Amino acid sequence: MPAPLFETLSGIPVQPLYTPEDVKPGLEERLGKPGQFPFTRGLHPEMYRTRVWTMRQFAGFGTAEHTNQRFHYLLAQGMTGLSTAFDMPTLMGYDPDHAMALGEVGREGVAISTLEDMEILFRGIPLDQVTTSMTINAPAIVLLAMYVAVAEEQGIPPEKLGGTVQADMLKEFIAQKEWICPPRPSVKICVDMIEWCAEHMPKWNSISISGYHIREAGATAVQELAFTIADGIGYVEECIKRGMDVDAFAQRLSFFWDVHNDFFEEIAKFRAGRRIWAKLMRDRFQAKNPRSWMLRTHAQTAGVSLTAQQPLNNVARVAIQALAAVLGGTQSLHTNSMDETLALPTEEAATVALRTQQIIAHETGVTNVVDPFGGSYFLEALTDRMEEEAMEYLRRIDAMGGIIQAVEQGFPQKEIADSAYRFQMQVEEGRRTIVGVNRFGGEEEVSIPVLKIDPEIERRQIERVRAVRARRDAARWERAMGDLRDACMSDKNLVPFVLDAVRAYATLGEISDVFREAYGVYREPAVF
Amino acid sequence: MAGKIRVLVAKAGLDGHDRGAKVVASAMRDAGFEVIYTGLHQTPEMIVQAAIQEDVDAVALSILSGAHMTLFPRVLALMREKGIGDVLLTGGGIIPKEDMASLKQAGVGQLFGPGTPTTAIIDYIRGASE
Repeated sequence: MPAPLFETLSGIPVQPLYTPEDVKPGLEERLGKPGQFPFTRGLHPEMYRTRVWTMRQFAGFGTAEHTNQRFHYLLAQGMTGLSTAFDMPTLMGYDPDHAMALGEVGREGVAISTLEDMEILFRGIPLDQVTTSMTINAPAIVLLAMYVAVAEEQGIPPEKLGGTVQADMLKEFIAQKEWICPPRPSVKICVDMIEWCAEHMPKWNSISISGYHIREAGATAVQELAFTIADGIGYVEECIKRGMDVDAFAQRLSFFWDVHNDFFEEIAKFRAGRRIWAKLMRDRFQAKNPRSWMLRTHAQTAGVSLTAQQPLNNVARVAIQALAAVLGGTQSLHTNSMDETLALPTEEAATVALRTQQIIAHETGVTNVVDPFGGSYFLEALTDRMEEEAMEYLRRIDAMGGIIQAVEQGFPQKEIADSAYRFQMQVEEGRRTIVGVNRFGGEEEVSIPVLKIDPEIERRQIERVRAVRARRDAARWERAMGDLRDACMSDKNLVPFVLDAVRAYATLGEISDVFREAYGVYREPAVF
Repeated sequence: MAGKIRVLVAKAGLDGHDRGAKVVASAMRDAGFEVIYTGLHQTPEMIVQAAIQEDVDAVALSILSGAHMTLFPRVLALMREKGIGDVLLTGGGIIPKEDMASLKQAGVGQLFGPGTPTTAIIDYIRGASE
């Protein structure tokens, strides 16, 4: 066996022992009290003693009916927030009968093409009594509008709606790679949503600035931290350029971290992230309201850490990762199911994942004490080091002219691809261990049941969207689409126009086509 | 075989998961292959066109979106139709074992799942190209 690596997953060297000498002077100032600047120890004075985190399990597959049933099931099992996964055609702004959608409808999430699908998706769920997260980016404005329109039908005004729309396009170009238009118009539409929500949806998170996908694409924890905060800076700058007051929107910006296997590094990442953001918002952007300084975050265990080999082992990985997120002070959490490297989760696997959170919350006692690792020589030294390394990246990105320029130059993309390759080589050389993959592999293959998506779903979804197109009020649809086209040629906020279009049962693909015509289509340079 | 082995690494359909494709492409390049990467969101027609233009020995298709049972057969059929049915079609992604078996039966080469060392893929393509 090669010598073990005494370093974190980000490559930060780790000593055998930490003592008071490893913690730089001024710790009390760097920590603050929980609920106070710079929020290193958490956003609330009592954290989980007052209220445990929101258990928000991501779900979506097949048609709106299938996912609606899964939502009802998960709510009945004690889940406290909804989270919607959309299929690839929906994520990329295509209707199910588009050539690019072939074979992809309902496979990676639920297919939503028109307001009718959205009505079915939330049937029987009073939208003022749940909070809903929607993992949607390029066509986020369409899904946000559909959600508002469904609430209207339930008699609920937008100001009563709580939840999140991911709507973070910068990380799409960096990592997740689901887009419609080039970076600048894409960010413009994100800022439209931030602006509209600031005015009409005071309980809604208008963006979820996401490190998750950056990490899954191969970034280290330090890179995840740095590029995500850089994206956050990018959005704040664009909002300020539009003339918005920082305190009018900053409170509704939310974040989303990945939680990987390196236990202490992950906890340090959450703490360092809060501290960096608080300083940036107070000092660089001059936010006055302490709520604007808070980095509120969702977290999800690392899908990329799960193995297809010996899949039951994934239950243990998820539990350890979830514990790190809780010790890091997350506001909400999704725990992955053991079968997610094989397919979308079965109901049984999804239930075990939820139960894992309930065990941490109600059996382990970790919720009784705020930031229990605070003051640990090792953890404080690691938190400081991660902050320093992330700040170094932020300086480099500022020197390039900001994150949008850096993304256009492919800088974060290249850094991430290099890290992914380095990690893979470490695994293949046996310098990193993955249990069941490069060590402790068994001869016997364990097979677990996997969820099958019926190919009939594609045909049914195509029929449904065609029926809606045939049935809708054509004059109303035409008017709304014309107004949207005109608005795209102006610098008006697009949300009201998209809202009118979805009320007229314009499809997601039709609205996305308007964006394609107005702003062009993005093609990534193919580099590796 | 004379000269370098030429491989087209392709991403088909709407799937944006390109970590694996890029890692495999880099490993092949470091192993001495000539690697052409298509970039994301390619249709089967675009992939087969690129394979013909680049005169490759193998097409390695990466699919993590669940659309493999649609996209592999389409690419294979087009390759045969355009006269490059003798070029190896291989690939990988999130593909259940039974789907791998039925694609193999249809004439697709070996497919690789998560956790595969890049050396296994390189050895396979090298072996098949000789």
